[in-house]
Amino acid sequence: MLKTFRGGIHPPYNKDFTKHKPVERAKLPDRVIIPMSQHVGAPCEPIVKVGDLVKKGQKIGEAKAFVSAPIHASISGKVTAVEPKPHPGGGMVMSVVIESDGKDELFEGIKTPKPLAELTPDEIKNLIRESGIVGMGGAGFPTQVKLSPPPGKTIDTIIVNGAECEPYLTADHRLMVERPDDVVLGLEAIMKATGVKNGYIAIEENKPDAIEAIRKAIQAKDGIELVELATKYPQGGEKQLINAVTGREVPSGGLPMDVHVIVDNAGTCAAIANAIKTGMPLVERITTVTGTGVNEPKNLLIRVGTPFSEIIEQCGGFKGEVGKVIMGGPMMGLAQSVLDVPAVKGTSGILVLAKNDVNLSEQSPCIRCARCVDACPIHLLPTTLGKFAERGMWTEAEEYHALDCIECGCCAYVCAAHIPLTQLIRLAKNHIVASKKK
Amino acid sequence: MGEFKFITTSSPHIHSGESVQKIMFNVAGALLLPTAAGIYFFGMRALVLVIITTLAAVLTEAIFQKLRGKPITVWDGSAMVTGILLALNLPPGLPLWMAVVGAAIAISLGKQVYGGLGMNPFNPALIGRVFLMITFPVQMTTWINPVDGTTGATPLQIMKMQGVSTDYVKLFLGNIGGSLGETSALMIILGGLYLLYKGYIEWRIPGFYLGAVAILSVILGRDPIFELLSGGLMLGAFFMATDMVTSPISRLGKIIFGIGAGIFTVIIRFYGGYPEGVSFSILLMNAFTPVINRYTVPRIYGEVKVR
Repeated sequence: MLKTFRGGIHPPYNKDFTKHKPVERAKLPDRVIIPMSQHVGAPCEPIVKVGDLVKKGQKIGEAKAFVSAPIHASISGKVTAVEPKPHPGGGMVMSVVIESDGKDELFEGIKTPKPLAELTPDEIKNLIRESGIVGMGGAGFPTQVKLSPPPGKTIDTIIVNGAECEPYLTADHRLMVERPDDVVLGLEAIMKATGVKNGYIAIEENKPDAIEAIRKAIQAKDGIELVELATKYPQGGEKQLINAVTGREVPSGGLPMDVHVIVDNAGTCAAIANAIKTGMPLVERITTVTGTGVNEPKNLLIRVGTPFSEIIEQCGGFKGEVGKVIMGGPMMGLAQSVLDVPAVKGTSGILVLAKNDVNLSEQSPCIRCARCVDACPIHLLPTTLGKFAERGMWTEAEEYHALDCIECGCCAYVCAAHIPLTQLIRLAKNHIVASKKK
Repeated sequence: MGEFKFITTSSPHIHSGESVQKIMFNVAGALLLPTAAGIYFFGMRALVLVIITTLAAVLTEAIFQKLRGKPITVWDGSAMVTGILLALNLPPGLPLWMAVVGAAIAISLGKQVYGGLGMNPFNPALIGRVFLMITFPVQMTTWINPVDGTTGATPLQIMKMQGVSTDYVKLFLGNIGGSLGETSALMIILGGLYLLYKGYIEWRIPGFYLGAVAILSVILGRDPIFELLSGGLMLGAFFMATDMVTSPISRLGKIIFGIGAGIFTVIIRFYGGYPEGVSFSILLMNAFTPVINRYTVPRIYGEVKVR
């Protein structure tokens, strides 16, 4: 039996653009723009200044707070600017711009750590922190923070999220096919760091080659199980995944650790494995460059900080009339207004939609068809919440659990009246949160 | 690449392609099945009635929107569906001008006065029908026999007055007196199954409605098959109780709605003055819909017991 959750949708997956394409190493960028905030939590403070020479893997942003992650140079070269730059997540963020010297020299401080068997849990956590590893599924929560639950919270299960339920994206898929041992090593490191004996790697059944690769990789491993999930969006949503794998429900307003679970993305595990094997911090990642508006869709291994324009150029540039350039997938990704934003640690994909594929239908009145109600994986009443938001009824929206919305986009996707329900609920959430701060 | 101007609306960036118009045209398409049965049994007169009523409904919507200075949205198909549904609920021999009045009332009083599509609490076609029943009680209960075109009683009237049942096969195929579109249970079920298959109606309302009527009939010592196949029950259960605008949105709400309509139908049929109670039952449950919605908010993921 395939595991899953109640609700959700079956959008066209459109993964054929890239799912059979092996990961290609992108060419060394001439210039990288590295934002000092690529994670949830406090931004880093730049520790280099204009004119400094830096090398690949050298720390350039110091994380002072507990919920933060340091940032490293992804190429060698000269710092040409330390100033606010446009960020793909929106707004201007303090960034370090490095002009490449073309040598791609490794920082001398990078040393191969001891093998995993000899590392203590604290050493593993420290390595993860110092390597700047954050959740690579898009949210960017500092991984080490997840692995350090406050006293009183016990963890008994680790789930590796290999669902990759967003249409179009295949970065995790290719990673699991090509480097399954890294995903498993990363999971083992997390299990050792937390002292947990139960590990799961959960993959949607539409990736049979990834399932096969992981199955082989875990054959001789104790305590690690493969979970095949039904293909349904948002299967990879943290709450939906936990529910599907363990049957547990994260309490409203709570965190996975409240039900004794840690979820980490497959890409995050591979980054941990890389740190353990080579000592390299997180300076590159696999990004799926795809969509109907790009000439040669690819899975590219890119350096953090590479501008979108350069990445898209390496994929043959734009095709036809482009409607949207999105960081991430079509359901939850962020539409970009400019192309000089850099790919960051959480950039799982760059999706270019042709103009014809962008939904610009006019809104009509809600006929209460309740498609949104059936689709909502949190079992909210999106139509009701949308009406509250339209009328500014924030108290009522809160009573109807607006804050529990995970913004997966299912409601707006199915809405026959083309009402931007997700956006309306987001608006309600912002108002509710703002009123609480007062 | 600088010359591109990107669209930057928020996520999700893709859409299922579903639309109100698509839903309405599919419902209208499904309604063609019982309409065809009506034409087969009652002749061209039935076809004329359906066309006239539909035109009247669409025209009323357009005029009303024009008068209110609102955009004219008759192409969304909702007025067309109301028009067809009303016609299917009328005696095939009803004077055409009365049908026109009914359609005008359905759209104006049943829908537009509340603000148009999506805002009306009651099923507009049923508002039109009930108005006609109250205003023209004689013409609204003059039934034509399919066989010879003479007037006669419906199976439910015969049951009420004489306690005589009608042959199941006749009831199922539609060779009986009654409203234009309610004669052939077969065609209604086929249309309903189409909509269920396409996902344009969901099964809980018709399922629990029909189930409640059948079970209550057994309990009260009536013939459940006769009760299911006669009158407007099938048409009401599949095409009118399922009206999205006027029925509850939660799964539990739909179940309550279906059972409630079933109970009212049985009460009116068995103990009331009318032989049939489907229209009133659905309208009554329409009135309860806001309350049902309020008390059937689903338990959300991760919701620990509140209060």
